[in-house]
Amino acid sequence: MTASVKKRKKAKVLREDCVACGACVNVCPAAAVIIHKGIWADVDHDRCIGCSKCAAICPASAIRMEIS
Amino acid sequence: MSMAKNWKDKMWIVSIVYFSLGFFNIIFAWLGMLCFIIPILMSVFGKEKNFCNGYCGRGQLFTLIGANRGISLNRELPAFLKSRWFRYGFLLFFMIMFLNMLFATWAVFAGNGSLNESVKLFWTFDLPWKWANRTGGKIPLWTVQFAYGFYSLMLTSLILGLMSMLVFRPRAWCVYCPMGTATQMICKIREGEGL
Repeated sequence: MTASVKKRKKAKVLREDCVACGACVNVCPAAAVIIHKGIWADVDHDRCIGCSKCAAICPASAIRMEIS
Repeated sequence: MSMAKNWKDKMWIVSIVYFSLGFFNIIFAWLGMLCFIIPILMSVFGKEKNFCNGYCGRGQLFTLIGANRGISLNRELPAFLKSRWFRYGFLLFFMIMFLNMLFATWAVFAGNGSLNESVKLFWTFDLPWKWANRTGGKIPLWTVQFAYGFYSLMLTSLILGLMSMLVFRPRAWCVYCPMGTATQMICKIREGEGL
């Protein structure tokens, strides 16, 4: 019998679409998102809890939830 | 929670006060220039997009009404509204309209034009706004003309933002906000990134 490891989805930023507005930073309960140099959002996958709040608020739909 | 975070989170009140003041005395419209100058200076001097990220009262207002109060339809923004062509095109359009407003101000200053005591919505519709001119001729007319022109620009963009908030996601306006596009552009240039 093999132990199944449930993989959690994490937020992934589509840099090309990100407008760096910071809406994701403000809703993240884990403080896992920063705005990199004012150009795009960056997610720290070690901190991300996969709640998808950032993906829901992103006005540019530039955040996807993916299994990392 | 620190005091700094407390006051930063209340910038939406500043936004409401600003638009309210314009109903009583149009000259307060000049204060809106801070929303132009501060973000640009911050991005030029290495503070990146900190204005959009933490200090923009308008963005906070849209989050507060659209997300926290839940009145946004939360629809995804159509692809063309997110495209670079549209974002940079909208920035260019706003800049041209700003120059047009400066030209009207100049005309009053030079004595070639008369004071237009109305707020022009969407660069088309004149709303009578004569009551808000309380300067009584004590200050130069061109400063009053600028105030009317600038308030028109601010109110038009607020309405566009509110409409975007309702139809799309709460902060949909941020995608094509001319200040947001300009500051991100400055950051990209600073970092040598492609536009």
